[in-house]
Amino acid sequence: MKAAVIVFPGSNCDRDCKVAVERSTGATVDMIWHGDTALPGGLDLIVLPGGFSYGDYLRCGAMAALSPVMAAVKAAADRGVATVGICNGFQILCEAGLLPGALLRNERLKYVCKPVALEVSNAQTRFTAAYQGRREVMMTVGNGDGNFFADDATLDRIEGEGQVVFRYLDNPNGSARDIAGIVNAAGNVLGMMPHPDRAFEEDLGSADGALLFQSALASA
Amino acid sequence: MKATVHVFLKPGVLDVQGKAVENALHGLGWADVKDVRVGRVITFDLAATDTAAAEAEVKAMCDKLLANTVIESYRVEIA
Repeated sequence: MKAAVIVFPGSNCDRDCKVAVERSTGATVDMIWHGDTALPGGLDLIVLPGGFSYGDYLRCGAMAALSPVMAAVKAAADRGVATVGICNGFQILCEAGLLPGALLRNERLKYVCKPVALEVSNAQTRFTAAYQGRREVMMTVGNGDGNFFADDATLDRIEGEGQVVFRYLDNPNGSARDIAGIVNAAGNVLGMMPHPDRAFEEDLGSADGALLFQSALASA
Repeated sequence: MKATVHVFLKPGVLDVQGKAVENALHGLGWADVKDVRVGRVITFDLAATDTAAAEAEVKAMCDKLLANTVIESYRVEIA
């Protein structure tokens, strides 16, 4: 099994993601610089990590979405490779048009950093199959711009199509309809604000994030 | 030519910065202030000499990078 973590200037969870995927799944994880134009062959999983790519200048994720490597990420996602964007990675996937919606400033303007309980809203996706029978999981959030927004028609559509994967049980940032994570229509691109990469061993307070990486690689 | 791009959150998209600024103005005694919106102004020079061509070019920049039209609207001025 082979995974890649994309490293943007200002990413700060890239190492966390590498270690989380390695320890959760045993996969080999390559770190890929954003300026590269090609990804390694035979990838089973691509992770866009959290952080503050390009200093969050202009809009969170806006410039990272136009990085040279993103053309290769889009091509891989179009081929069906499992792709996960966490936190800033979620913002980048939205800015790149790989996921619907956008992330706004948190409703109460505060940076929120704490464990959150999540409802697994769809356990039928390739990222959540290992949560079968688990309604509730714990991960942590750490974001200032985690307030998921999309127009009502888009929200109705993604809810109707089962694209809402995680919801907050106690919404920390004002996200529309308590949405914490979504997949694209094809089901192979996941974006989420909570960090599975900070919840992959019991010593971290939760091992629930490990199941997500295991699901993604088991589906490859 | 000089381009000026104004970017604002669309009407209906909650502008929490605007709301905080509005509350601060109320606190300073300007109780009649409402609908504060905080936006962004981006200025730059362009080599183009034709206003219409420059405007089309800057609009393309807005759609590609300067604004996220899911949440923002923009206005372009060329001078």
